[in-house]
Amino acid sequence: MSSEWPDTLAAAPGQYAACGRGEEHGLGVHWEVLLGITGKDFTIIAASKAAMRGATVLKASDDKTRALNSHSLMAFSGEAGDTVQFAEFIQANIQLYSMRNSMELSPSATANFVRGELASALRSRRPYTVNLLLGGYDEIADKPTLYWIDYLASLAPVPYAAHGYAQYYCLSLLDKHHHPDIDFAQGMKILRMCSEELKRRLPIDFKGLMVKIITKDGIREEEYADDQNVAVP
Amino acid sequence: MDSLVAQYSRPMHAEEGQTYEDQQELSQMTPELSLKFALPPVASSASWLRAMTDDYSNPNCPIKIAHGTTTLAFRFKGGIIVATDSRATAGNWIASQTVKKVIEINNCLLGTMAGGAADCQYWLAFLGMQCRLHELRHKRRISVAAASKILANLVYSYKGMGLSMGTMCAGVTPQEGPALYYIDSDGTRLAGNLFCVGSGQTFAYGVLDASYKYDLSDEEALELGRRSILAATHRDAYSGGFINLYHVKEDGWVKHGFSDTNPIFWKTKLEKGEFSNVTADLV
Repeated sequence: MSSEWPDTLAAAPGQYAACGRGEEHGLGVHWEVLLGITGKDFTIIAASKAAMRGATVLKASDDKTRALNSHSLMAFSGEAGDTVQFAEFIQANIQLYSMRNSMELSPSATANFVRGELASALRSRRPYTVNLLLGGYDEIADKPTLYWIDYLASLAPVPYAAHGYAQYYCLSLLDKHHHPDIDFAQGMKILRMCSEELKRRLPIDFKGLMVKIITKDGIREEEYADDQNVAVP
Repeated sequence: MDSLVAQYSRPMHAEEGQTYEDQQELSQMTPELSLKFALPPVASSASWLRAMTDDYSNPNCPIKIAHGTTTLAFRFKGGIIVATDSRATAGNWIASQTVKKVIEINNCLLGTMAGGAADCQYWLAFLGMQCRLHELRHKRRISVAAASKILANLVYSYKGMGLSMGTMCAGVTPQEGPALYYIDSDGTRLAGNLFCVGSGQTFAYGVLDASYKYDLSDEEALELGRRSILAATHRDAYSGGFINLYHVKEDGWVKHGFSDTNPIFWKTKLEKGEFSNVTADLV
């Protein structure tokens, strides 16, 4: 391979430097909401809009997603700093692959690449503490995809997924209401059920969800109203 | 004749009094439920108990308390639904799959148990006794509010001493109609329409909140209670076994079975297509 291109884009400087800072597992980590739902011809990725540090909401319109290529989107939560750093490192390398090979990596290849990077970082001096959802659309198999990855680099293809405390409320709900061949309207209806349950029961205001859709036409953001009041019965 | 009568009759109430010794003994006896307990011979018994039983911070702790449950109860048009799982766990060990977590206090009042198995069993049985005594003393059945308050005051008197219980009292009385109370060992006592308690509570809330309406029919309400417990037994490792279902109505509670979760899970999956993440495919 020509020497113009580095093998892979390097991780952030100082990544492998000795670092005295202890792992900060801030309380906020588990309150971040990540949801993923697949259907007949789409994948929905939803992420909470609050950027929380300690007892403060720093931003109420945070985008916890990065587009890796035209048909895969990565949503992330976890240790502050690690998240965006890792996501953009992955994003750059996936884009580098597309530029070099004039083709895009399939969602499953992307997921396995991400898992590999997370796994090798896990065995380094300072791992990335990042939980991920990878939503995609496989143009060859003509199927929506969703991958669940946690900070220990477990990878699982799933029909629906969640991270953090949202798992505790939404997975049982999705177990009941999700079916593999649902259409987009039904998918959004289930997502609404999830977000209402989270608004009802989570003690912390996560400032609503940012919703993105991946279909055969690519990635788009979906308008998601957050004005209705939810009562606790 | 008079002498004969005198010989065989005694002054009224002669035998009702107590001797000096009897009185001494009675006055020195510890009254039941006093705050004098046989405590372990250590400086701070509450923190000692915590250290001995907290298997979260110390997996090798010598006393493993039976914990972990899903219980739920909700009020609706037709009365109250009470549903529980039946698993008892001690640490990672499944101690039993056939626990009765609903106590039938009387034919109109039910209590549910979550938290420490021994604490719940003992104190709810005690509550049952107090409710029966109330009935005998006052010649009418105790209200749910009063019953729940007996328990709340009782656990509050032990606050900080290591009790662990999350219970619900559900019942229908002529004064209150259908009433539901949540009581926990912190001393919290809340009246409400819908509660889920235990390690699987969030999973049950997830299913229950999404489909709950006050206007549910009896069949819909029973099915929703059953489905919510099933959801929790599926996702929570500390819940499982059998689904215990009750319907409390105006004329008393009706039991709707103690049914194995396993066939219900597969029936739900295969007939309704739910639990679509459970597959036989290898990845």
